[in-house]
Amino acid sequence: MKDLSVDHLLGIKQLTQDDIQIIFETADSFKRVINRPIRKVPTLRDITIANLFFENSTRTKLSFELAQKRLSADVINFSASSSSLKKGETLIDTVNNILSMKVDLIVMRHPLPGAHQFLSRHIDAKIINAGDGTHEHPTQALLDCYSIREKLGSLKGKKVVIVGDIKHSRVALSNIFALQKLGAQVMVCGPTTLLPKYIAELGVLVENDLSKALKWCDVANMLRIQLERQEISYFPSIREYKALYGLNKPLLDKINKDIVIMHPGPINRGVEITSEVADSENSIILDQVENGVAVRMAVIYLLSSKINRI
Amino acid sequence: MKTSEILNSLQFSHTIRRLCYQLIENHNDFSNSALIGLQPNGIYVAERIKKELEIICKKDILTGSLDITFYRDDFRRKDKPLIPSVTNLDFSIENKKVIIMDDVLFTGRTVRSGLDAIMAYGRPAKVELLALVERRFSHHIPIRADYIGKSIDTIQAERVTVNWEDIDGKDQVILHTPEEK
Repeated sequence: MKDLSVDHLLGIKQLTQDDIQIIFETADSFKRVINRPIRKVPTLRDITIANLFFENSTRTKLSFELAQKRLSADVINFSASSSSLKKGETLIDTVNNILSMKVDLIVMRHPLPGAHQFLSRHIDAKIINAGDGTHEHPTQALLDCYSIREKLGSLKGKKVVIVGDIKHSRVALSNIFALQKLGAQVMVCGPTTLLPKYIAELGVLVENDLSKALKWCDVANMLRIQLERQEISYFPSIREYKALYGLNKPLLDKINKDIVIMHPGPINRGVEITSEVADSENSIILDQVENGVAVRMAVIYLLSSKINRI
Repeated sequence: MKTSEILNSLQFSHTIRRLCYQLIENHNDFSNSALIGLQPNGIYVAERIKKELEIICKKDILTGSLDITFYRDDFRRKDKPLIPSVTNLDFSIENKKVIIMDDVLFTGRTVRSGLDAIMAYGRPAKVELLALVERRFSHHIPIRADYIGKSIDTIQAERVTVNWEDIDGKDQVILHTPEEK
């Protein structure tokens, strides 16, 4: 039988293709669980999980918490705004205090890239990265790829374009790693100011023209403009961004091709994507949300099975 | 390992046929009954019984498979993670008479998990258990089968394997006994 090659989910970069396949196959089972009359299994009844969110989150936190509860784990939540961080406590101290309450697994979002890597060297608990700054957001990439696999059967040879604010997006980086590991071709598209300078070195195609990118792709993953992470203006105006990089129906009609539309949320309706497109038949945005719970259940299940095997 | 045949293919098919008639005695035309094979090996029992019953009763019999992985009691007690199989229940079990099936009833732990798993899909009117082979005196929990193909006495170190014609080429039940030193 197969096992994950890692003890923590710090990023997609550390995963092998086999790891991703095991997660997907396990997620298939959990997807059936969450769609039946009783959407809960007792598997993790003796596991305690702490959700540590040092940065705001709504859907990721809800999705993780639901996944944990569907697995019958005990869950405690912590968010930075209500914590002792403001009183000067270090990350290791905060986490060790929580761990002394006998916590087995930590789901953490942190503004600093690499915070999870650092923590994994100092504490004795499994760690799942729920986003570290602009670095990685592995479960989002896993659920994105899982959703493409569900819609198109496989990712091998599929062409996926990630559109928008690549520079500030941890979703983009994790998606690039995951898509490439699963054999998809990746293109990034956006204004040059929002594309990292050396992005092509990751083996992705770079395009500034949205309609050219759409003609090329099977799947378009539209990212949100992360105004909260932009300390300066990277484009003249939202209106101009919308005109050049907003996905709308007339543009798709002109290309006349079935393209799967994705968005990691939260959507800025009318900016990167119009309502008409977001709610269209080709959009799998809500499937992504549903699959998020199943994929997170799979990750938690597989990592939990490594906790101090009895 | 020494091997000995417990059921040859003729005895195997007689046993399956007998189990079918025993089921018919209790379930008549199966209009409110369903067969459910426990993953991974019970599905072959359910498939074979379904095939025979459909020939005898001349009608379709509801059949499904049930994965019990998430209900097992040995999570974190193995070196490798327990990888789930597929549950295939495309019908409601609510108020149905359900017969869960497995190839070998040994410790009873799989069946215990199966009972928990089946309840997550609704409230059946009745649950029965069919085992092709029962290893008597080896149960770890008080679980008994309602229908038994063959009951055998074994020691813990022995192993029982069931072969199926359409998978292994021959219907057969084999007992593997470790060599004495």
